[in-house]
Amino acid sequence: MKLKNMTNKVRGNMQLHPFHLVGPSPWPMFTSFSLMNLALSMALTSHGYMGHNYFMFLAMFVVFYSMTLWFKDMMAESSYLGDHTMAVKRGMNQGFMLFVVSEMLMFVSLFWAYLHSALNPNVEMGMMWPPMGMEAMSPAELPLLNTMMLLASGVTMTYAHHALMNKDRKNTLYGFMYSTMLMVVFVFCQGLEYSFSSFTIADSVYGSAFFSATGLHGMHMMMLAMMLAMCTWRVYNYDFTNTSHVGAETTMLYLHVLDMMWLFMYMVMYWWGS
Amino acid sequence: MKLNYVTRWTFSTSHKDMAMLYLMFGMVSAMVATGMSVLMRMELANGNSQFFYNNHQAFNVMVTGHAMAMMFLFVMPVLMGAFGNFFVPMLMGAVDMAFARLNNMSFWCLPPALVCVMVSVFMESGPGTGWTVYPPLSSMGSHSGPSVDLAMFALHLTTMSSLLGAMNFMVTMLNMRTMGMHMMNMPLFVWAMFFTAMLLLLSLPVLTAGVTLLLLDRNFNTGFYEVGAGGDPMLYEHLFWFFGHPEVYMLMMPGFGMMSHMVSTYSKKPMFGEVGMLYAMGSMGLLGFLVWSHHMYMVGLDMDSRAYFTSATMMMAVPTGMKMFSWLATLYGGEMRLGVPMLFALGFLFLFTMGGLTGVMLSNASMDVAFHDTYYVVGHFHYVLSMGALFSLMGAYYYWGPAMFGLNYNKVWAEMHFWLLFMSVNMMFLPMHFLGLNGQPRRMPDYPDAFMGWNYISSMGSAMSMMSVLAGLKSVLVQLENGTNEEFDTQVTPDFLEANLTRSNRDHALELMLSRPAEFHTFRELPMLVTPR
Repeated sequence: MKLKNMTNKVRGNMQLHPFHLVGPSPWPMFTSFSLMNLALSMALTSHGYMGHNYFMFLAMFVVFYSMTLWFKDMMAESSYLGDHTMAVKRGMNQGFMLFVVSEMLMFVSLFWAYLHSALNPNVEMGMMWPPMGMEAMSPAELPLLNTMMLLASGVTMTYAHHALMNKDRKNTLYGFMYSTMLMVVFVFCQGLEYSFSSFTIADSVYGSAFFSATGLHGMHMMMLAMMLAMCTWRVYNYDFTNTSHVGAETTMLYLHVLDMMWLFMYMVMYWWGS
Repeated sequence: MKLNYVTRWTFSTSHKDMAMLYLMFGMVSAMVATGMSVLMRMELANGNSQFFYNNHQAFNVMVTGHAMAMMFLFVMPVLMGAFGNFFVPMLMGAVDMAFARLNNMSFWCLPPALVCVMVSVFMESGPGTGWTVYPPLSSMGSHSGPSVDLAMFALHLTTMSSLLGAMNFMVTMLNMRTMGMHMMNMPLFVWAMFFTAMLLLLSLPVLTAGVTLLLLDRNFNTGFYEVGAGGDPMLYEHLFWFFGHPEVYMLMMPGFGMMSHMVSTYSKKPMFGEVGMLYAMGSMGLLGFLVWSHHMYMVGLDMDSRAYFTSATMMMAVPTGMKMFSWLATLYGGEMRLGVPMLFALGFLFLFTMGGLTGVMLSNASMDVAFHDTYYVVGHFHYVLSMGALFSLMGAYYYWGPAMFGLNYNKVWAEMHFWLLFMSVNMMFLPMHFLGLNGQPRRMPDYPDAFMGWNYISSMGSAMSMMSVLAGLKSVLVQLENGTNEEFDTQVTPDFLEANLTRSNRDHALELMLSRPAEFHTFRELPMLVTPR
């Protein structure tokens, strides 16, 4: 069916505009309905209506699985069917930038939450920040190493980008692999840091704000590690060309923005806030 | 390619099919939300308990459900989802939305949200928090069941829907305008949707964060809003209203765009001050982010903040006035034709101005001491939403309905719909101002006998609004069942002021020039804008 449409010998079969008209797809509906399952099972599990959380994890799995199939379709359309013209690619990059903007606003709200309490610590916290008797993380130890790793990932990412643009397959691969590994190590170190922490998410608003904000960043890092691993695989698989690699471009943008977000987080929450 | 029925209506990636789904879904949620409002009004029809057997929690649950269903599941889906989806690509000569599958997901997040809202309302004692869901009322101590969590999840789902939609719209407008169409040539409705999308994009993540922190407080023992843990419920109010104020502009902004189209079409004049209208919308969007604390004057903001938020809020009257006067200037000297959409547009002009004027009263921190949490506020926001947003929505339905369905509405039923709605909403909401000025608090199902008179009239208005809903449904039914295609319908008695064919030959309204209904794929080749204004 698809192949028949791709033969442009008949003038009527030619597409007279540069945009991609996507065919019907079940994945959006699968994704949103599994999100509903996730919401319902989360609410019911957390209030004891269900004695287990299997349904919750099942729903989570289905969310990720439908999204995977969705992305698989997109990769097929871009790499193998050639549906992604210049105009389509421009749109994708614009869309991703808007997505990043909205993500930033979410981080801003968590900073807002942090600073709301940090700038005016109330009497319950001993009028000080971190609250009286709490031992903050030292910004000079593991967090500093994490900061350096993220800065390094910015370097390896640029290395990969330049190699990709210059048709250098080997160095592109290395660049993406280094970046992926740095992300994985970052997540691992963050996990170590959490497990050695002297306070928990339930220890006053300090613990809550600290773990929610760094945890949100950490989840994004996991996502980024997956995106980078995917890019590495796609480079290995000859999916990208030097002029057509929207997946790589968005991943790079995301990496840089999240790195920057970490720098703010490091300065405010680890350094100033300790 | 012929699609089978299930594929077309569940897996669709066509912006017009999605618009139809949004429209139907919006009508369903409108019925749900209207039902809840009638329950509340019947309870308030007289002093003492009427219907809720003194179950005040249940009354407040109705307040929450009504607000959430009306705003997130009716007005936003219909204004943005249905009309935005259908007409934004069409007005710009775009082949479809930029991200067709995301568009599908935007819609399919909404029925799950409706499920979550309804489960939330019916489960245990429901969320008696109002749509604002302020802690500590919404914290574990006061609402221990899953209702509040489910309401939050419903907000998450609608947020996801709107965020994806916002990105989709913005990219469509930035990237898919047809040849020769500069941003400045985009019609006002498209611009209105652009600003709406921008507001959504920047404010919704803040709501997401705010309610997620509430969920964490409820279920994971964090302390963001717990004073004992060093947190502060004020933080929630700030985060919520940083979203909440832009939210009310999102509900209005598409209506502003539609108004401009309707007013100019039925005055037979181009819009007065089109660029000015555009900048007015833009500055409203910007100002919308700078005034949020006027919703929380009474929580103990310091004097300076109240002074700032009072003056910033009053400034909002400037772009709003610009829009009003531009519409009036468009009417002035125009060859006015009182078609059904124009009736709604004129109704909008009058009633939205009323709502705007009470808004100026409320913007003042010192006056708000008296108005806060009274029925004055309820009257105010129903004048702007239930008459502003709703009238533009209904007007747009009649204005664009023929283009969407290829079927004409029945003028008699449509006018009955309008007049019933116009009378009922005024009867319902005007007395609320008097009650509020006398100090009747909102979200209270009982009141002293002194308030009975106006409450009774208001409730009669509500009963009448049910009749307007029935007339509206009948009007839609008649249109869909018996509506004739406009092609055969143009040769009726010539209009007094406008030749019959003029309306379909207006070259700046692309959607009215296309075949009705438009083809499944609107444009096989891109149209070209050759004479930009």
